[in-house]
Amino acid sequence: MNKEDIEKIAHLARLGMTGQERDTYAEDLSRILGLVSQMNAVATDGVEPMTHPDEAILRLRPDAVSLEADRDRLLALAPDSRDGLYLVPKVIE
Amino acid sequence: MEWETVIGLEVHAQLKTVSKIFSGAPTAYGAPPNTQANVVDIALPGVLPVLNAEAVRMAVRLGLAIGATVHARSVFARKNYFYPDLPKGYQISQYEHPIVERGQLAIMTEAGEKRVGITRAHLEEDAGKSLHEAWEGLTGVDLNRAGTPLLEIVSEPDMRSPAEAVAYLKALHTLVRYLEICDGNMQEGSFRCDANVSIRPLGESRYGMRAELKNINSFRFVERAIDYEVRRQIALVSSGGQVRQETRLYDSARDETRPMRSKEEANDYRYFPDPDLPPLIVAPELLAEVKATMPELPEAKRQRFCEHYGLSAYDAAVLTGSRELADYYEETVRSSAVEPKLAANWVAGEFLARLNSANLDIADAPVSAGALGGLLRRIADGTVSGKTAKDIFEAMWEEGGDADGIIAARGLQQITDDSAIEQIVAEVVAANPKQVAQYRAGEEKVLTFFVGQVMKASRGKANPGKVNAILKRVLAS
Amino acid sequence: MRFSGEFPLTLTIAELVQGLAAGQYSSAELVQDVLRRVEAQPGLNAFITVDRDGAEKAARAADAARASGQNAPLLGVPIAHKDIFCTAGVRTTCGSRMLADFISPYDATVVARLNAAGCVPVGKTNMDEFAMGSSNETSFFGPVRNPWDVQRVPGGSSGGSAAAVAARLVPAATGTDTGGSIRQPAALCGITGLKPSYGRVSRYGMIAFASSLDQAGPMAQTAEDCALLLAAMAGFDERDATALTAAVPDYHATLRSSLEGLRIGVVREHFGAGLDAAVGAAMQAALREYERLGAKLVDISLPNSGHALPCYYVLAPAEASSNLARYDGVRYGYRAAEYRDLEDMYKKTRSEGFGPEVKRRIMIGTYALSAGYYDAYYLKAQRLRRLIAQDFGQAFESCDVIAGPTAPSPAFAIGAKSDPVSMYLNDIYTIPVNLAGLPAISLPAGFVEGLPVGLQLIGRYLDEARLLNVAHKFQEATDWHRRAPAGF
Repeated sequence: MNKEDIEKIAHLARLGMTGQERDTYAEDLSRILGLVSQMNAVATDGVEPMTHPDEAILRLRPDAVSLEADRDRLLALAPDSRDGLYLVPKVIE
Repeated sequence: MEWETVIGLEVHAQLKTVSKIFSGAPTAYGAPPNTQANVVDIALPGVLPVLNAEAVRMAVRLGLAIGATVHARSVFARKNYFYPDLPKGYQISQYEHPIVERGQLAIMTEAGEKRVGITRAHLEEDAGKSLHEAWEGLTGVDLNRAGTPLLEIVSEPDMRSPAEAVAYLKALHTLVRYLEICDGNMQEGSFRCDANVSIRPLGESRYGMRAELKNINSFRFVERAIDYEVRRQIALVSSGGQVRQETRLYDSARDETRPMRSKEEANDYRYFPDPDLPPLIVAPELLAEVKATMPELPEAKRQRFCEHYGLSAYDAAVLTGSRELADYYEETVRSSAVEPKLAANWVAGEFLARLNSANLDIADAPVSAGALGGLLRRIADGTVSGKTAKDIFEAMWEEGGDADGIIAARGLQQITDDSAIEQIVAEVVAANPKQVAQYRAGEEKVLTFFVGQVMKASRGKANPGKVNAILKRVLAS
Repeated sequence: MRFSGEFPLTLTIAELVQGLAAGQYSSAELVQDVLRRVEAQPGLNAFITVDRDGAEKAARAADAARASGQNAPLLGVPIAHKDIFCTAGVRTTCGSRMLADFISPYDATVVARLNAAGCVPVGKTNMDEFAMGSSNETSFFGPVRNPWDVQRVPGGSSGGSAAAVAARLVPAATGTDTGGSIRQPAALCGITGLKPSYGRVSRYGMIAFASSLDQAGPMAQTAEDCALLLAAMAGFDERDATALTAAVPDYHATLRSSLEGLRIGVVREHFGAGLDAAVGAAMQAALREYERLGAKLVDISLPNSGHALPCYYVLAPAEASSNLARYDGVRYGYRAAEYRDLEDMYKKTRSEGFGPEVKRRIMIGTYALSAGYYDAYYLKAQRLRRLIAQDFGQAFESCDVIAGPTAPSPAFAIGAKSDPVSMYLNDIYTIPVNLAGLPAISLPAGFVEGLPVGLQLIGRYLDEARLLNVAHKFQEATDWHRRAPAGF
C-alpha cells in the first residue's frame, strides 16, 4: 500500500491523518495485507460466499409502533443542537 | 439530424406502514423535528434493525401487480457514505439481490397501449432531512424521515417522449394507490421521481450518455424537466459538445436543470451484505396470502368498465384513475340503476370537476354516490332537465340534502303536461308577432328564440323536448 | 452463619445464591464487600466505571424483594458488565475516547435480562477499544493488568472482565467474543468463559464490532456459574432480528451427565507449530483426564482453519468499518473542538476519537470493501469462511465436542507485541469458531510457569448444554478453576 492508497482510504473512512501517520499506516497495513494474502493459497472457486452462520434466519416484526421517540433525552446527547435539530457545519449541496 | 429521446424513471414510493422499516418509530408526516426518531433511527451504539413484515408484503404486492418475479430470497446491503442526515453512515438497501425483478406496466400513448419494462423494485430506508436555511454557517438535521420504508421502482429505458414518461409515472402512481401501498402524495415526497434522460440519433441502437434528473416532484415538472433536458442535450451535441454522465437538479422556479455540485466526487459506496440482516425469505405461504388479497388492478378494471358498462376507453380510463373514483362510480350506477353512460358523464364530468375545484378527496366529497344516484334517477325519469340537475347538484354540494328534497322545496319539477306548455307557448307566440312572421317567412333559427322565451316563462321547468315539438306545431299552424 | 465481612475468594455464584437464600448474608453486605475490593485494586485497572450508588440501591432492592417473599434465579448476586453493553444512566465507553462521556438512554438486552434475574450490576469493566484487541492494551483508559502477573496482559478484548473475576473482585462478569474476546482472556486469567452460538444471546445494546461474528457470553469461575448466567442471558429478543426463537434448555439440569462414550475430537492442526510446548503438554494432560472420565479421543482435521486468521482480518474489519461509521460527532459522543467545515469535523472527530488499532481496522475494512478490491478480499474471505465452517460440519460427524488449546501461549508481557500481526496470532484457535457461529468454552487446565492456560471446547451449533456438561465434569475432577492469584 502506498501513500496515495492510504490517503484515498482515509478519506473514504473520514479519518484525518498527518504525513507521519500516513507512513506508519502504510507500513502496518501492508503487513496486515501480507497476512491477508495468505487466503490466496486456498482455492475457493464455486464456493458460495458466507455472510452469516447458516443457522441465522431473518425474523420480521409486525408493523406496529413499539418504540416511541424521546426527543429531548436523545438530543441531550448531541454535541450541538438547537430548536429540536442536530446541528452540523453547513452542508453545501 | 433527427433525435430520439430515451427515458428511464426511478421512483421512490414511500410505503404506507405505520412504523418504520427497521424500527418501531411512527412514520406520520409533519411531526415536529426529531420527535419520530427513536434510538434505532438515530443509530445509537448497540441498536439493531428489525425488518417490518408489512413493508415486505407491500413490495410483494407490487411485484405481483406488475407480473414480476418475486424472489424467494433477497438480500439487504449497506450503502456506505457519510452525510449528516444518514445516521448510521450507511443506508440499508437492496443491491445485488432485490426482492422484485422483471415486471411491466401498460401505459396509454398516442399510438395506443405500450408496455414499459420494470427492471426491479427493492426495499430500502429513507434518510433524514437537512435544513440549510435556519442558521448562518450551520445545517440543522431532522431525522424524522430517517428509516421510513421506501420501495424504489426502476424502469427500463423504454420511454421515448416526456409524454410517455408522464403516462408511465401516472400509471405507476395509480397502481401504488390501488395497491394501497403508497399514498402517492408528491408534495410531501411520498412519491418521488428521478429521470434518466439521454438522446441518440434516430435509428441508432446504442444508448447515449445519460443525465440523471433529480428533485422532480410533480407530473407537470417531470414533463418540463425532461423537455428542457432533451433540448439542452440536443443543443449541446448539435454544437459539437458531449453529454456528460452527471446528476442534475431540476429547478422548477427557473424551469431548467443544472448540475449538482458533486458531493459524490469519486464516491465509492462499498456495498456489502448487511451482517445484521440475514437474507429475506419470501415463503410460498406469504406469496399465496398476498395473492389472495390482491385488489382488482387498474388495467383489469378499465377493461371491465368498457365491457360491462359499455363505456368508451376514455371514460373508463378517467373513472379508473383511482380506486376511490372507480368505487364511487360503481356505487352511483348501483344506487341509481340509470344508464351507466349517464352516470359516467356525471361522475367524470360534474362531480370530478367540482371535486377538483374544491380540492377535496373523494372520501370528503359532500355529495355521496347514493345522493348523486338519486339526482340521476330524476334526470332519467324526466323529473328534471339536465340543466336544472346541475343547479340541484350545486345545491346538494353546497348545502347538503337530497335531490328529491331540493326539487320539492324549490318547485323545480319539470313541466311535462302538454296543456300547461301549450298555454305558455300561446302566450309567447301572441307576444312576439314580429318573430312569428320571420319564422313563417322561413327563418327557422328564430325557433331558438321562442324556445328560450318559453323556458324563461316557465322558469326553466318546461320539458325542452316538448316545448320544441309544441312550438313547431303552433308556429306552423 | 452470618457473613464474616470478608467475601470469601472461593465462593461461586452457585454458592452465593444458596448463601443469600439461606440468609447467611444479605446482598447489601455482599455488594459492599465487592465494592470495597474493586476500589482497593485500582492498579489492575479492571474497571472503567464503578457504580457504587446504583449497586447499593440495587442490592437493597434485592434484599427487600427477598424479604417480601419474591425470588429470582440470581437475586442479589453482584456482577460486572463489560463496558461494551449499554447501561441506562451509567456511562458506556466501549474503551474509547469516542464514547468517554456517553450515557446510554437504554439498557442492553443482556443487562436487562440479568437485572430481571436479580443480578446487582456493580460497574463496567475495561476492554480493548471497540473490542479490537487481544491484550487490553488498546483501551483509551489504559491497559488492564493480569492478576497472575501484573506486568502481563490479561488478554482481550474482555480483559477487564477476566481480570476482575480472576482476582475475585466480582464473582462473574459479562463479556463479548468476536474472534476470541471471551475465551482468550478467560484462558490467560485462569477463569471459565463461554461464547454461545451466534444468535443464542441478543446483541441488542451490545456495541457492534463485527455483527456477523459478535456474541455475548458469561465469564465466571466455573462452568456451573456460566450455566446459571447463560440461562438468564439467552433467549429470544424482538429487538435483534438474528436472536433465535429456540427455547433455552435447562443447562443446569444436564451439568452432571456422564461423559461415558463421549467422543472428543482432537484437532491435528492445533498441536502443530506455533503452540507453546508447555501449553501443549497441559492440553495432553487435560485430554488424559477426559479419558479417565470415560471419553474417547478422536483424531480430527480442520484443514482450512489455518486460513481463518486472514479470513477474519478481512471480514471483521470490513464489518467494523461500516459499524463504526456512525461515530461522526453529530448525534452523540466525541466531537473535535475545532474544525473548518463538515468534512474537517468528520475527519478530526474520528481521528481524535479513535485509537490506532481501531483506525487500522477501519482502514483495512474500508480497503477490502472498496471498488476494485471487493472480490479479491471481501468475497474471497466470505468463500473461505464457508470452507472453514464446513470443516466443522465434517468434524462433528465423528465427534461430539472438539477440544484443544484456547491460546497458543500463556499471558505475555505488556508492550511485548508491538506488531499488529503477531498480536493477531493469539486468536488462531478461537477465530474459526466465530466464523462458523459455533459455541465454545474456555476453562482453566493447568499452569505454565505460574500462568494459567485454557482448554477450549467447541460444540455443535446450539449445543451449549453439552459444552457446559463436559466442562463441568472436568471441573469436578480438577481444581485448576479453584486457584486464585495471590494478593487480591
